[in-house]
Amino acid sequence: MRARGAGSGRAGRAEAGRPRGPAGRAGTGRAPRTGPGPGARAPLARRLAGPQNRNLWFWVFVGPFALGLLVFTYVPLGWSVYLSFFDAHNTVSPTEFVGLDNYTAMLKDEAFTDSLWTFAVFTAFIVPTTFALSLSLALMVNRLRRAQAFFRSVFFLPAACSYVVAALIWKMSLFNGVRFGLANTVLGWFGADQTAWLSTTDPPWYWLVIVTVRLWLQAGFYMVLFLAGLQRIPPVLYEAAAVDGARPGWQVLRHITLPQLRATSVAVVLLLVINAFQAFDEFYNLLSDARGYPPYARPPLVYLYYTALGQGQNLGLGSAGAVLLALVIAVVTIGQARWLGLGRADEKGA
Amino acid sequence: MTISRRTLLGTGAALGLLTACGSNTGRDGGGSGGEGPRLSHWYHQYGEAGTEQAVKRYAAAYDKADVRVQWRPGNYDEQTAAALLTASGPDVFEVNGPTLDQIRGGQVVDLTDLLDGVKDDFNPVVLAPKTHEGRIWAVPQVVDMQVLYYRKSLLADAGLKPPGTLDELVDAAKELTTKKTKGLFLGNDGGAGVLGGTPLYAAGLSLVTDDGEVGFDDPAAARALAKVRELYAAKSLLLGAPSDWSDPSAFVQELTAMQWSGLWALPAVRKAFGDDFGVLPFPADGPDGRPAVPVGAYGAAVSARTKHEQAAKEYVKWLWVDRTDHQRDFALSYGFHIPARRSLAAKADPLTEGPAADAVRYSTEHGYAEPLLWTPASRTAYQDALSRVIKSGANPERELRSVVRKVSAELSRVQKRSS
Repeated sequence: MRARGAGSGRAGRAEAGRPRGPAGRAGTGRAPRTGPGPGARAPLARRLAGPQNRNLWFWVFVGPFALGLLVFTYVPLGWSVYLSFFDAHNTVSPTEFVGLDNYTAMLKDEAFTDSLWTFAVFTAFIVPTTFALSLSLALMVNRLRRAQAFFRSVFFLPAACSYVVAALIWKMSLFNGVRFGLANTVLGWFGADQTAWLSTTDPPWYWLVIVTVRLWLQAGFYMVLFLAGLQRIPPVLYEAAAVDGARPGWQVLRHITLPQLRATSVAVVLLLVINAFQAFDEFYNLLSDARGYPPYARPPLVYLYYTALGQGQNLGLGSAGAVLLALVIAVVTIGQARWLGLGRADEKGA
Repeated sequence: MTISRRTLLGTGAALGLLTACGSNTGRDGGGSGGEGPRLSHWYHQYGEAGTEQAVKRYAAAYDKADVRVQWRPGNYDEQTAAALLTASGPDVFEVNGPTLDQIRGGQVVDLTDLLDGVKDDFNPVVLAPKTHEGRIWAVPQVVDMQVLYYRKSLLADAGLKPPGTLDELVDAAKELTTKKTKGLFLGNDGGAGVLGGTPLYAAGLSLVTDDGEVGFDDPAAARALAKVRELYAAKSLLLGAPSDWSDPSAFVQELTAMQWSGLWALPAVRKAFGDDFGVLPFPADGPDGRPAVPVGAYGAAVSARTKHEQAAKEYVKWLWVDRTDHQRDFALSYGFHIPARRSLAAKADPLTEGPAADAVRYSTEHGYAEPLLWTPASRTAYQDALSRVIKSGANPERELRSVVRKVSAELSRVQKRSS
C-alpha cells in the first residue's frame, strides 16, 4: 500500500503534463478546422467530444491516471508474466524459453513455500490483534469527556511515521541485543540476562519485535476509522437499549455497537489483510544485514526481492514467484469479499 | 488584487510543471571538467572518512574525460545490478564481483588487455574470481581481508593463549564471557553471513573444488559447523549489537572480548587500545585443518552498455593500473586495505609492523577468495542452512546434504551453458 501509493503518486505527477499536449492539440488544432471547414469532420469531432465536451474532459481528467496505471502497473505486470516463462538471468529481454520450469522450481523450493507459511501465520495473527487493539482504543477514546482530541491525535501520530524509521528505532534502540537497549535495561532491573531479540529463534523473540512495531504504527490509524464509525451510531439506540434494560458494557457492545460497526469492520479487515500481504518494510529493515536475510520470518516479498533483484538477478524465477503470490492473494481476496459480503455490508451500513 | 481559485490552481499547475522539468538532481559534483566524453563512475559508500573526497580528487585529476563520481549509499549490489539492465547506468563502476551471470550475460566489458604486462603483479588470490575462462572482467582495486581481533590483556587475565584451533576458540569465547562482556562477536546474525565458507576452509575443505565440483561434501564440514553452533548455544556470542561485524564499535566499546572484522578496522582499534590487541586467522579445525582468512577485492568494471567503451577502459587503466600513487593513497590513507598490486603491498610501510604485518602474512599464507562459481543462489542456500545450524540447532549433516544437492544443481547449470 505504502510503496504502491508512492509509486502511483509519482506516476501521476510524471504523467500530469504529458496528456496536456495531445488534449491541447485536439482543442487548438481542430477548432480552426471546425470553424471554416464545412465538411463532415466537424460533426464527427463534435460527436467525439460529446455534449458540452464531456468526453474530452473525461479523458483530460482520467487519461493521465489511466495512462500511469497502464505504463507503471499493467505493462510491468504483463512483462513479469512473460519473464516467468524464460530463463532470465540478469536480463529483462530473455531469449531462452523454459516453459513452466520456473514455476515447478519455485513450488519445489522449500524457502519459498516456507515464506508462504510465514506470511499466512503472520496474517492470521496480526489482523485480529490489530483489529482488537484499535477497536478497544476507539471505544476508550470515544468515552472520554475531556481531551478526546488530544488522545485521538496521540494515538494517531505513529501512523505518520515511516515504517523504515520505526523499524530502525525498534532495532537499534528498543530491542537491540546489548545491555543498554531499552528492553534489556528493563530486564536488567529484574536481574534477567540480556536477550538478543532479533537473533533468538528459540523462543522466536523476533516476532515480538515485528508485531509490536506494526501494532504501534497501525493501531492509531484504524482507531480513527473505528471512531468515525462509533460516532455515526445514533445515540437513540443506546437510549432505547437502556430503557429495555440492557446492561451497559458487554451486552450493549455485543448487540448494539458491534452490529452497527459492521461496515467499518469489513473495511478495516480488508485493509488489514492487504497491508499484511504487503509486509516488507519492517521485516527487511529489522532483519536484513549486508550479507542477506536470515531464513526465518522471511515473507515472500522479501524472498523474491533477494531472488530477483539481489545479486542473484534471476528475474525469471522471481517473476514466477510473484505470479504465484499474486494468484494466492487474488484467491484470498475474492474469498474474503464473498465471505464478508462486501457490497451487502454497504447497503446495510448506509 | 483578488486571487481567484482558477488563477491559484493554474499557477500551482504551472509551477508544478516547471519543477517537474527541472533537470538538477543534485547529483552533480565530483566532475573532473576534463576534456572528452562524460563518464559516470560509481562507488559504494566507504565507512572511512576521506575516501569520498579522495576518489573525487583522482577523478578530477584525469584530463582525457569528464569523470563524474557517484557515491552511492545503501544496497550497492542491488543498485548496480538493476542499473546494468538499462542504458542509464554507470560507465565505470566498482563491484564486489562481477558475478558469473553478469559476465555470462555480457553485462561487463572484457578488461584483459588493460593488465598486459602487469598481470603477474596483481595478487593472484583476488584476481582469480575476476577471471572467467582466461579473460579478466574487473581490475582489483584493493585487497580486503577479515581477521579475528582479540584483546591481549583480557586473554592473559583469563590465563588463555590466543586460540590456535576452533575448539580452543570455543573454549576461549566461553571463558571470556562475563555479565557485561561477551566472548566473541561474529555479526548480529551469529556468524552465518560473515563466516560463510570460512569454517569449511578451516576444516581443510573448500566451497567449490578446482574441477568445479562441490567442495564440502565431507563429514568434516558438519563437524566444523557444529562447533560454530556450540559458540551460539553456550551464549558466548554477542548478538544484536548496534553496529555489525564490519564496524569495530562493539569491540572498541568492550561489548565483546574478541571480534571478527576486517583489516580496515585496524586503525580504529589501535586508536582505542594501543598495543593491547592482536589479530588471528580463523583457527584450524580437525586433522586436515588449516587456518583460514577470507580475502576479497572490489574491482573496477566497465558496463557493456556504456557509450564510451574505449574512453572508459582507458580511464580504468589510468586509475587502477598506471597511477600507483593514487592506488597507494586509496589503500592506506583512510582505512587499512592491502594494495592489490604486490609491488605496492611490499612497499606499504603501515603494513610492515605489529598486527597489520601479521594480518598481511595471514592473507598470503592462508587467504582464500570465494570462487566465481560460488553463485548468489548457492550462497543463499548455504547461508540459510548455516543460520539454521547455528541459531536453531538444526542437524548440520542433514542441512549440508540438502545444500550439496542445491549447489551441485547450480554448478551444473552454470557450467553446462558455458561449454
